[in-house]
Amino acid sequence: MRPVYMISGGITKFAKAHPEMDFRLMVKEAFDYAMNDVPGLSREMIDGSICSYFSDHFTRQLKAGAMVQDYLGLCPKPSKRVEGGGATGGLGLQAAWEAVASGRMEVCVAFGFETMSRVNTWKGNEFIAQASDTNFDYPVGGFYTGYYAMMVRRHMHEFGTTVEQMAKVSVKNHRNAVHNPYAQSPGKLTIADVRSSPMVATPLTILDCCQMSDGAAVAILASEEIAGKLCRKPVRISGIGCGTDAMRMADRPHGKVILLPHESEADYKDLRYPGVHSFRGGRTAAKLAYRMAGILHPVEDLDFIELHDAYTSSEIQTYEDLGLCRYGEGGRFVDNGSPFMPGVDYGLDLPERPAISIPVNPSGGLLACGHPVGATGLMQAAFAFWQLQGTTGKHLGDDTLQLKGAKRGLIHSHAGTGTYITVTILEKA
Amino acid sequence: MSQNIKLPETEEGTILFNVDPIIIKQHYEIDYLHSYAQDSPFFAGLAKGKLLGSRCTGCGYTYATPRGHCMECGEKTDWFELPQNGRVHTFTTCHFGGEAFLKETPFTLVLVEFDGVETLFLSRLIGVEADNVQIGMPVRARFLRNSKFMATDVYFVPE
Repeated sequence: MRPVYMISGGITKFAKAHPEMDFRLMVKEAFDYAMNDVPGLSREMIDGSICSYFSDHFTRQLKAGAMVQDYLGLCPKPSKRVEGGGATGGLGLQAAWEAVASGRMEVCVAFGFETMSRVNTWKGNEFIAQASDTNFDYPVGGFYTGYYAMMVRRHMHEFGTTVEQMAKVSVKNHRNAVHNPYAQSPGKLTIADVRSSPMVATPLTILDCCQMSDGAAVAILASEEIAGKLCRKPVRISGIGCGTDAMRMADRPHGKVILLPHESEADYKDLRYPGVHSFRGGRTAAKLAYRMAGILHPVEDLDFIELHDAYTSSEIQTYEDLGLCRYGEGGRFVDNGSPFMPGVDYGLDLPERPAISIPVNPSGGLLACGHPVGATGLMQAAFAFWQLQGTTGKHLGDDTLQLKGAKRGLIHSHAGTGTYITVTILEKA
Repeated sequence: MSQNIKLPETEEGTILFNVDPIIIKQHYEIDYLHSYAQDSPFFAGLAKGKLLGSRCTGCGYTYATPRGHCMECGEKTDWFELPQNGRVHTFTTCHFGGEAFLKETPFTLVLVEFDGVETLFLSRLIGVEADNVQIGMPVRARFLRNSKFMATDVYFVPE
C-alpha cells in the first residue's frame, strides 16, 4: 500500500428537493466544482471512479452509477458502485482510497448522490426501513427513528443520558450550519425548541432527527506523486477502518467492551457490550483507523470530528465509540462543552473553556446539512478536506467554521442500526 | 409498406405536478413470491402459539430470533421454544412511521429480554399507556388466532 491524498472536493447543496436537476446533473455540479479547484487536473488524468448511492427504491433506476459515469464523460474508464446503507458515502471514499493505495489508479474520483424527494417523507421512511430485516423487523412497524429511540432509551437507562443533552447536540449542529451555505436546515434553536417540536418516536422529536435530502458530493483522491504536482495543499488519508454488526439489533451480543489503546478493562467492569446502547461496529472502525494513523489518544491527537449524527442520540453514542470519552460519558461530554465550536454563541449555558475541546460536526452534520445518503460520507470528506487545507472560508464564503491550525480530523459514516460503520482519518500533508 | 399508419391514441392521461421542470406521477407496484426458507419453522410456530428461538449446536449460544447458523461460531442451530414471559429491555412509542404503518400510530415497539436467552426479540406492546411503559416491566406473548405468517402474528401485553 502507498500513501493516498485527497486533492479536491465538491458538494451540490443539500436541499429538500432539487427537481430541476436529476442525479446526473447534481453529481456533475459537484464534480465540476472539484475539478475547478485543481486546475491542473484534466479528465484524461482520472483513472476511474467509485459511485456511491444507497437506494434503488429512491432512484427508480438500476445502474444509475453508469449513467453518471457517462454524463461526467468518464467512459470507458473503470467504475463500480459501492453500497452500504447510511455508510455508503464512507465506504465509497474508502473504496477510492483502496484503488489508489493498491496502485491500480493514480487518480480516482468518488462521487455520491441520493434523490430522496422522489417520494413523500413517509414513503421515504418506509424505503429506509427496508434496510432493516424485512422478515422480522420491518413488518413489526419498521421505522429507523423508532429503532434509534429504543437504543437511546437503553442508553438513558444504563448511563443517565438526558433528552436535554440530546437537545444540546441539535442546537449545536443547527447553529454551526448557519455558517454553511451547503446546509439544508441551519437555525438558531433552543433546548425548548427541540423538546417542543413534534414527537416522532419517544424520546426523539423531529429536531433530534436528520431530514430527507437531495444532494451530491465528490472527493478526488490521488497518489503522492500526482497530489504533489496538482494540489498546493493536499490532505493525506492516513487511516481507514470499517466495522459491522448484526442486521437485527435484537441479535447483538452483551459481552465485553472492545478497548481502544487509552482504555483498560477496569474502565468497564460492569458494562455488557455493545447491547443496543453502543455500536461495536463504530468502535471497531475507530480502532482500525487509529492503528493505521498511529492515534493513541483520540481527543489529543485529533482536532475535529465530522460524524454521522442521523440522530442527536447517535452523535452522543458515537462520541463513546470513537473514544472521545468513556462509554457512558457521552451526555456529560456535551454538558462539558467539549464538542462545541470555539467562538460560536449557542445561547446555551456552557463552560467557557472546556477541559477537553474537540469540535464535533463543525459543518452542522447530518442534522443540519441533511442526509442525501450516498452523498453524505463524501460531503464529510469535502468539509474535512477544506478544514485541513484552511480553505473553509473560501469554499463556504464565511470563515467562522474554520478551525485555526487544524492538523488532523476524523470522519465517520454509519449505516442501519450500526451494521456498517466507517472511520477515516485525514491529515494535513 | 404503409406510410399512412398511426399508433392508436388512448384517453389515459398523466398526472402532472409541475411543468418547469416537468414532474409527473409514476406508479410502481409489485407482488413478490417470498420464501421464508430456513426460517419457515419460526412462522409455523407462531401459528401454533409458540415462539421459537435458535440454540447453537456447537457453542450453546441462544438467540431469541431465528437464525440457521450461529453468529458466534458458525455452527448449525437447533430450534427451541422460548419462554412466553419476558421483560421490556427497551421501548419507544412511534407517533410517525413508514407510510404502511402511519395509520397504526401511535404504536409501541419493544425489545423483549427472556431469562436464559442471550439476545432480544423485537415486537409490539399493547395494553399499556405510552407513559407507563418501563424498562424491566414484565410482559407476556400473545398470538393472533388467524395467522398471517408474519412477524406480527406475535405481540406482547403487560403481565
